[in-house]
Amino acid sequence: MRAESILRAMMALYLGVFVLYLFAPLVIMGAAAFNESRFPTVIPWQGTTLEWFSAMWADAAMWRSLWTSVLIAVAVVVIVVPVGTAAALVLTSLHARARGVAYAVMVSPLLTPGVVIGISTLILWRQLGVGGGIFLIVLAQSTFIISYVMLMVMARLQRFDRTQEEAALGLGASRMMVFRRVLLPFLRPALLASGGLAVLQSIENYNTTLFVRGFETPLTVFIATKVRTGLTPAVNALALIIILATVIGAIAYEIARRRKAA
Amino acid sequence: MGELKNRFGPGLSTIFVTLVIFWLAGMVLAPNLMMIDYALRPNLPPQALGGPEDTYSLANILYLAGEPTHRAIFFKTIWASALVAGVTFLVCYPIAFWLAQRATTGQLAVAMLLIIIPFFINEVLRTLAWFIILAYRGPLNSALMNIGLIDAPIRWQGDGGVLAAMVYAYILFMLLPIYNAIESLEKAQIEAARDLGAPTWRIHTRVVIPHAKAGIATGFVFTFMLAAGSYVAPALLGSPGSRWFTEIIYNWFFEGGDWNRGAAYALVLLVLCLAVVLVTLKLVRVNLTDVAK
Repeated sequence: MRAESILRAMMALYLGVFVLYLFAPLVIMGAAAFNESRFPTVIPWQGTTLEWFSAMWADAAMWRSLWTSVLIAVAVVVIVVPVGTAAALVLTSLHARARGVAYAVMVSPLLTPGVVIGISTLILWRQLGVGGGIFLIVLAQSTFIISYVMLMVMARLQRFDRTQEEAALGLGASRMMVFRRVLLPFLRPALLASGGLAVLQSIENYNTTLFVRGFETPLTVFIATKVRTGLTPAVNALALIIILATVIGAIAYEIARRRKAA
Repeated sequence: MGELKNRFGPGLSTIFVTLVIFWLAGMVLAPNLMMIDYALRPNLPPQALGGPEDTYSLANILYLAGEPTHRAIFFKTIWASALVAGVTFLVCYPIAFWLAQRATTGQLAVAMLLIIIPFFINEVLRTLAWFIILAYRGPLNSALMNIGLIDAPIRWQGDGGVLAAMVYAYILFMLLPIYNAIESLEKAQIEAARDLGAPTWRIHTRVVIPHAKAGIATGFVFTFMLAAGSYVAPALLGSPGSRWFTEIIYNWFFEGGDWNRGAAYALVLLVLCLAVVLVTLKLVRVNLTDVAK
């Protein structure tokens, strides 16, 4: 049993190192937002300050890019949730053979590198006289985010009891009413979750967005450009706020989910 | 289609089908076909379009084969992406095994939350975090010098930095499929192997890994594809000597001004990724349906 306990200790150590590995980069990046040093770092510590937060707050370009990202995310959600849901419904009503082919085509955007989605969208729309910009960013991002929505709605649909629909029809409801009053309420959790995922995917996207952005500067492009052209801890201040918002959001979502499950 | 109409009536099913066609034809198929069209045509000034020179050929793709720098970067991107997938696997496997076989329900819930949180955060920000850690006068070099491991700072930017940031960025895509696969392994099988005298490493190579084959393959495929198609990590953490294939593609579009060659290079990248996905899945006999979860 001695070898066993050594193994166990090694595993515990590795787990500790792994968690450190996951969080140390984020903690260091966040901490650097409070350092007076002009280049974001934690060593040497030149004094604690909040000036980078006010510098970030005063940065008009940052606000513009944040606004651009929010606008794009809203448009993406409006497109991907209905289309992804429709795709899941169409897919489940196909016959086995056709379903296999349709499924492969529908998940293919997830297996396509993000840069390729951006490039192919850019090329198609140039032929039609449309250049990069918000419209193309929304389209290119939606192309693969729809696949995620489709998968999430499909997963929920598999647990749906079709006899509910038949019962409603039997009681005299129209097909439209069955859809709105029976199926949609059942799908609601999946629709909300996929909407949330879509916002996150949209705001954090870089690889696809980069190619179709035209002269727009969404948040990720703004941050990446700062890193290359003149990084100050103001970017860290922004990063810290985004991280805190995400973490709080993730924990709140998890708590809500568990409360519901319990 | 008949079934759809039966279920939702003509109005709704027309809307559904229209939306799906709009997506698949307009956003998935048409852009890719246009990209192939671009890739096979020469880059001509507007007045020469449709003229005698405007013919289909493989010239743009052959250009990649003939240009030594680009060719080298292409192959380097392939093996470096495979390396990223391999290192990510080594990092993730013990954790996945522990989560699936050893952790109690409470530990599992906490650990999963801890693992997932960093992945809700933007890839650009995660790369920025590594940019700061790996800076020449950054925390990592200072720490290593303080404990006396190195005498002078190391320039991490380049291949090493890109590798570190990518492994960090793609952990979840490797961890979750392997975890799912190992989770379905009966504990009794491991016990039986142990009772029969198998040492720990053999239990892993002969029982756990064969059982988790499909999950491992899925993790590899996703990590490889994400790494090969990544732009942000090589752009922020790379050095001139560690260029990535996606950077070459970007340059054709926005600096070289030759969209046709850019399209050809993008097409090569797409075909490479699809080939890796399909061949790997075929080798381990996994269905596409099981991959996208």
